[in-house]
Amino acid sequence: MTQLPGLLDTEAIRKDFPVLDRLVHDGKKLVYLDNAATSQKPRQVLDVLSEYYERYNANVHRGVHVLAEEATALYEGARDKVAAFINAPSRDEVIFTKNASESLNLVANMLGWADEPYRVDHDTEIVITEMEHHSNIVPWQLLAQRTGAKLKWFGLTDDGRLDLSNIDEIITEKTKIVSFVLVSNILGTVNPVEAIVRRAQEVGALVCIDASQAAPHMPLDVQALQADFVAFTGHKMCGPTGIGVLWGRQELLEDLPPFLGGGEMIETVSMHSSTYAPAPHKFEAGTPPIAQAVGLGAAIDYLSSIGMDKILAHEHALTEYAVQRLSEVPDLRIIGPTTAEDRGAAISFTLGDIHPHDVGQVLDEQGIAVRVGHHCARPVCLRYGIPATTRASFYLYSTPAEIEALVEGLEHVRNFFG
Amino acid sequence: MYQEVILDHYKNPHGRGLRDGDAEVHHVNPTCGDEITLRVKYDGTTIKDVSYEGQGCSISQASASVLNELLVGKELAEAQKIQEAFLELMQSKGRIEPDDAMEEILEDAVAFAGVSKYPARVKCALLSWMAWKDATAQALGGADAERKTA
Repeated sequence: MTQLPGLLDTEAIRKDFPVLDRLVHDGKKLVYLDNAATSQKPRQVLDVLSEYYERYNANVHRGVHVLAEEATALYEGARDKVAAFINAPSRDEVIFTKNASESLNLVANMLGWADEPYRVDHDTEIVITEMEHHSNIVPWQLLAQRTGAKLKWFGLTDDGRLDLSNIDEIITEKTKIVSFVLVSNILGTVNPVEAIVRRAQEVGALVCIDASQAAPHMPLDVQALQADFVAFTGHKMCGPTGIGVLWGRQELLEDLPPFLGGGEMIETVSMHSSTYAPAPHKFEAGTPPIAQAVGLGAAIDYLSSIGMDKILAHEHALTEYAVQRLSEVPDLRIIGPTTAEDRGAAISFTLGDIHPHDVGQVLDEQGIAVRVGHHCARPVCLRYGIPATTRASFYLYSTPAEIEALVEGLEHVRNFFG
Repeated sequence: MYQEVILDHYKNPHGRGLRDGDAEVHHVNPTCGDEITLRVKYDGTTIKDVSYEGQGCSISQASASVLNELLVGKELAEAQKIQEAFLELMQSKGRIEPDDAMEEILEDAVAFAGVSKYPARVKCALLSWMAWKDATAQALGGADAERKTA
């Protein structure tokens, strides 16, 4: 068995994830390499979810009975866990949403309806990058179309990094918001936050960071990032689906208007007008995803017990090994950085002329689960002149043996279509 | 799912390349990025040519090749019968086991029966057939063709 420095005790960790024992396609061992799409869930999270429904289920913030109080404590306790996990200065800066897409849409809508100095309108500019997930492109396109603001973006270099050579022309005095991904879901690139934030601060623009592929894989410190908003989702970090997070700086959340209206987000309501609850509740209209938030809290406990720095080291070792092994496969071209430096554990590639759908299907027949297609980042495929990619992505339970299985599987694919 | 027939068509496609046509359409499968540009050429109601250019997986490319082989030279009414039979097969979720009668109509296209078990791939197989139907409607005049293909 291949031993790499920095690996976690995956034998022990894998026992926490029941699904990893599954056999597929007539007895083949499941090799789950689609972690950038969603992670598997440990028993510790599954137990908390069922326990919540079996013992505590009630609506939050509105009952005086025992269950309502306990459910509220659990839901708000999850907020505390998230706040600690990302080193937020205040728990009131943590807004629960249903996923990262909703978090990013929330920011775009806050700014669209905001008063000065935050207002995005026809005289202003929005800056994104060419490597964004569609969830950090489309909300800004919608905002630009509705307000007349100009949408600009950073292009990409041939080796899969942001081209910041013209940063002063892209981010200007007219820029109101710069929104970019911390770790690319398709290229794996870890972006240079500091350089972008520095320029944004120079011109007084807000900064929003999509940390969906960062929060599950590395220590995340919103204060160190110096961003104004940070968005991520729960299901990629061992939590359930249906729960996401938007962190925002307190004074912004106080100043910016709500987006969704409804129960929970108000202070008083009359038939003519309403006043709003303070943040974060101002941005959480309606019954929230309670069990899911509690589940995310359990996921954070689980990840923290292992240690985010250790998870980062584990994935870095795997990425180094995977990049090396994949580069030995004939006709394989990595789309994105070809070294593990400033790189996450999602690796996209093409394999000669074989279409990724065919690669994915034949790998699946061998029990190997990868993602194929655009990965919701079609501009990246256009940029590199490819129709789609195959993507393998690792997590804390991934092993060198699984990388070897992938490499063998790709050999089989080449022989099959060769 | 990857029948020998499908791989053969994928590796040696029939009638690939764009030639003269009465109408051209461009169809995409947004979930995976398969694309096809397809032209039809009619002589009255006889299909003179179906030419195409595209990129995509083996299923989508082989399916276009099979379409070309099956439909060129056919009368529109017969081609529509083939198209409907193929559509029915692909929407069967693997429940239709092609019999002799079906094989008579669909010939090589029965090899796609296995694809119908994979929901994510059905669209790949149908891409060129939907493009053909659309191009035919345009070539023969909207309302007229709509009625004929209904």
